[in-house]
Amino acid sequence: MAKVIIDQERCKGCELCTIVCPQKIMVMSKSFNKKSYHPAEQINPEKCNGCAFCAMTCPDVALEVYK
Amino acid sequence: MVERLLMKGNEAIGEAAIHAGCRYYFGYPITPQSELTAYMARRLLKIEGAAFIQSESEIAAINMVYGAAAAGGRVMTSSSGPGISLKQEGISYLACAELPCVIVNMMRGGPGLGSIQPAQGDYFQATKGGGHGDYHLIVLAPSSVQELVDLTIKAFDLADKYRNPAMILGDGLLGQMMEPVQFKEFQKERIPSKEDWALGSCQGRKPRRIVPFNLDPDELEKIVNKIGRKYEDLPKEVQYEVVNMDDPDIVVVAYGTVARVVKTVIQKGKKEGINIGLIRPITLYPFPYAVINDAANRVKQILVAEMSLGQMVEDVKLAANGKSKVFFYGRTGGVVISPVEIWEEVKKILNQN
Amino acid sequence: MMKKVFARPKSLTEVPFTYCPGCHHGIIHRLIAEVMDELNIAQDTIGIAPVGCSVFAYLFFNCDMIVAAHGRAPAVATGIKRVKPNNIVFTYQGDGDLASIGTAEIVHAANRSEKITVIFVNNAIYGMTGGQMAPTSLEGQVTQTSPYGRDPKTMGMPIRMCELLSTLNSPAYIARVALTKPAYIIRAKKAIKKGFQYQIDGKGFSLIEVLSTCPTNWGLSPKEANEWLEKKMIPYYPLAEFKNVEEVS
Repeated sequence: MAKVIIDQERCKGCELCTIVCPQKIMVMSKSFNKKSYHPAEQINPEKCNGCAFCAMTCPDVALEVYK
Repeated sequence: MVERLLMKGNEAIGEAAIHAGCRYYFGYPITPQSELTAYMARRLLKIEGAAFIQSESEIAAINMVYGAAAAGGRVMTSSSGPGISLKQEGISYLACAELPCVIVNMMRGGPGLGSIQPAQGDYFQATKGGGHGDYHLIVLAPSSVQELVDLTIKAFDLADKYRNPAMILGDGLLGQMMEPVQFKEFQKERIPSKEDWALGSCQGRKPRRIVPFNLDPDELEKIVNKIGRKYEDLPKEVQYEVVNMDDPDIVVVAYGTVARVVKTVIQKGKKEGINIGLIRPITLYPFPYAVINDAANRVKQILVAEMSLGQMVEDVKLAANGKSKVFFYGRTGGVVISPVEIWEEVKKILNQN
Repeated sequence: MMKKVFARPKSLTEVPFTYCPGCHHGIIHRLIAEVMDELNIAQDTIGIAPVGCSVFAYLFFNCDMIVAAHGRAPAVATGIKRVKPNNIVFTYQGDGDLASIGTAEIVHAANRSEKITVIFVNNAIYGMTGGQMAPTSLEGQVTQTSPYGRDPKTMGMPIRMCELLSTLNSPAYIARVALTKPAYIIRAKKAIKKGFQYQIDGKGFSLIEVLSTCPTNWGLSPKEANEWLEKKMIPYYPLAEFKNVEEVS
C-alpha cells in the first residue's frame, strides 16, 4: 500500500514521471493547472508500490510519496 | 614614542593594511606594484587564519575579494593600470552588492600595455566609476609614503563605513620611493562588526542573500538609489591640502606625485616674487569642489597639472564654474612633470593674462 | 499508518523553480538539498549561484547564498572559504560559466585544491541567452551560433572538463553523473554527497559534473531530451569517478 501526493500547481507537465513509473500509473491530467500545464495524476493508485521513482525524477519536486 | 621606519611605498601600503586589520589579500603581480604583492605574501602567510593567494589573474583576484568581503573579511587587492582594467567587472559587482574592500592602483603609463613608468591616466576610471553601471569608488590620492600608510588605513575605515569599495590611487613613483614612516596605534575596536550582513552560518537567523542583480527595473532602481544616497553623503569626507593660499597670484591644482613637484615650484616662485598657491585634493572622490570654487572667487587663473592628457582638469572646471580661467599642463606616457615645466607654464599664464 | 518515504527536502525553500518543464536543474537542486539535509549542514552552508538560468538558485536553497559574475564562482568560493574555513561552500555552475568564461578559475581552484564543492551542470548549450553553442556542445550539434552544426575544424571539439581536471594532482574528488533514470539519480546523489563529505573532512576540492538536459533549447520534449542525452552525450561524456582521493594507493 502506497500513495503519491501530487502538488499539481508545482507540476509543469514534463511527463518524466510517466516514463519512469514501473507500474505505468502516472499519467497526465486532461485538466490544466494555473500555469496552463496539464499536471501529472495517478490512476489505479492501488497499484502503486511506493518506489518513488516518479518523485526522484520530478524536476519540480512536486511529488510526495507515502508507503 | 612611535618608531620611525624607512620604507618603500609599496611595502608601506602592505604594512599599513595589516596594521589596519586586513588579513586577506588576493593579487596578481604587475609592475610597478609587485613589491606590495610580495610583501603581503611574506607577512600574511605567517599569520594564523590569514590568507594570501597569488591568483590566476586579476579577474580571479577581485572575485576572491568579492567572496572574502561577502564573508565579512577585511580584504585588499592591488594592481596597476591594465590589471585594474581587468578588475572592473568585479569592482562593479562589489559596489552593487555594497561590499567593502580596498583596491590599490599604482598607476603606470597607458593606454594599452603602456609603460611601467608613473602616470595619472587612470583618474577617469577611478573617479567616474570604471566598470559598468551607476556607482563610484571612494578614491584617495596619497603623495608621500606616510600618506600611503595613513590613507590605506583610512580607506579600510571608509570602505566599511559606507560599505563601498575604496581605492588608493597612487603611481609608480610613490610605490618605488623610500621615506620614513610612522604607524600610529590602531584600535581594533574601530573595525565595525559585519555580523548583521555578512555571509556565514544561518543558525538562528534567516538565510542571507547577496544578489547584485534584479530583473525588475523598479527593484533595481531602488538598489541603485540606495547606493546613490551614500554618494550624496560622501562630501563630508572630503580631504585636501592647501599651501600658500593666503594671497596667491595663481593657484595650481595637482594631486599625488605632481603636487610634490608643485611644492618645489612654490619655493622658486617665492624667490622670484610670484605667489603660487596649491590645492592638493587628497580625496579624488569625493572631489573637493568647494575649496576650488572658493579659490576661483579669489584668483583669475587656475592651472591644473597632471601626468595625463587632462582628466582631473574637468572636475576643476566644474568646481571653478566659469569664475576663473582654468589652464592645463600635462605630460603623459610615464613622463614625470619637472618643476621647470610647471614654472615656465605659470610664467606664461601670468604674462599672457 | 503510512510513512512519508519521499518529501521535499528542508534545505529547499518553498519557491517554485523558474526552470522550463523537464529541465534537470530542479533534480540537481533537490539532490543537493537532500545531501544538505542528510549531512545536517544547511545552517553552515554558503552557496554561490552563477550567471545563467540557475542565477535564481539563490532563491531556492535554505542557506546563505551569493550571486557571482559569469565564470567566477570558484574565485568567489575561494574568498569565502578562506575567510570562513568552517563553513561549507559550494558553487553551482553551468557549462558556459565553468568550461568557457571561467576556465581559468575552475582549473586554478581545483589545482589549489580549495576545500569547496563544485556542481557542474553540463547541458551542452547556453540556456538563458537562448541556445548558443557551449564549449561542451557535441560535434555536429546545431545551436544558434553553430547553425550548420559544430564543426570541430573551426570550433574545436567539446571539452571534457572532468578528464581535463583529473590531470591535476590536487583535487580530491571528480566524477561525472547523469539523471535520466532512477539508477543514475541514486548514483548522482551519492557522488554529490561524497563531494560535500570530502569538503567536511577537509580532503580538498571536489567537482561533480551532472549531464543535464535543456529540452527548450535542444528543441526536444523532456522525454526526447532524456533519450538524446543517453544516446549522444553519455558515449562522449562517460559516467565515472575520475578521481577519488580515498582510492589512491
